Amino acid sequence: MKACVIVFPASNCDRDMKVALERSLGSPVDMVWHRETDLSGYDLVTIPGGFSYGDYLRCGAMAARSPIMAEVVKHAQRGAPVLGICNGFQVLCESGLLPGVLMRNAHLKFICKDVSLKVENANTIFTSGYSSGEVVTYPVAHHDGNYFTDAETLKAIEGNGQVAFRYVNNPNGSINDIAGVLNKAGNVLGMMPHPERLVDPLLGGIDGKPMFDGLVKSLAA
Amino acid sequence: MKAKVHVTLKNGVLDPQGKAIEHTLGSLGFKGVKQARQGKFIELDLAETDADKARAQVDEMCKKLLANTVIENYTIDIEG
Repeated sequence: MKACVIVFPASNCDRDMKVALERSLGSPVDMVWHRETDLSGYDLVTIPGGFSYGDYLRCGAMAARSPIMAEVVKHAQRGAPVLGICNGFQVLCESGLLPGVLMRNAHLKFICKDVSLKVENANTIFTSGYSSGEVVTYPVAHHDGNYFTDAETLKAIEGNGQVAFRYVNNPNGSINDIAGVLNKAGNVLGMMPHPERLVDPLLGGIDGKPMFDGLVKSLAA
Repeated sequence: MKAKVHVTLKNGVLDPQGKAIEHTLGSLGFKGVKQARQGKFIELDLAETDADKARAQVDEMCKKLLANTVIENYTIDIEG
């Protein structure tokens, strides 16, 4: 299995993502600059956290229109897996691969802390390392993590089992406490919390590791 | 010609920044502000000289980048 991390100007969790993936994969993971236009060699594409383009206009808006994103969209449309974390989630929403949008946190403050999350749907390639209903702790670090969709879309994503993670104590005002959401086909996941920051006891815990182990296992099967 | 684009949050979409503005205006003694909504203003200087074509171009720009139509509305003013 071959994986890559897309890098935009002002991505800042790209190396964390690379290390987390390499730990589970046991082989090198490539960094792909946003001006590249070929993803044909990759099984898994990931979009890391950060503040791409300084969050200009809207978070993720500029990155979603960069050259590599046309390839990410094609990759996703082929049914291949795409994972976006934090800014990566914002980019996936802006690119139309995921429903909804991430707005300014309801209390307007940047939040940087550990939060408890309930694994809502463990029957996905991304969450198979957990069990449904399991509560895990991941860090969050964002100013714009307030997930929003219109009522009709919300009903559809709830009905289709597209909610992957929910906050136990909603920190940012997200509708229905949604912390991570899948596309309808289940091959694209976006989430605000950072599993890639908790894959080593030295960093304070390993709650994020089953995500990457499970993902590698699912894709190898 | 110039295009002036206003991007605003749709009705019903929570606008915490607008709320903060509303509260601060109240605390500064400005009474009677029933609601504040914050938006964006974007000014474009265009090479196009035909107003209808310019409007069509800017409309496309709004749909593709300037607004996120999940939560935002936009208006376009073209000035000669």
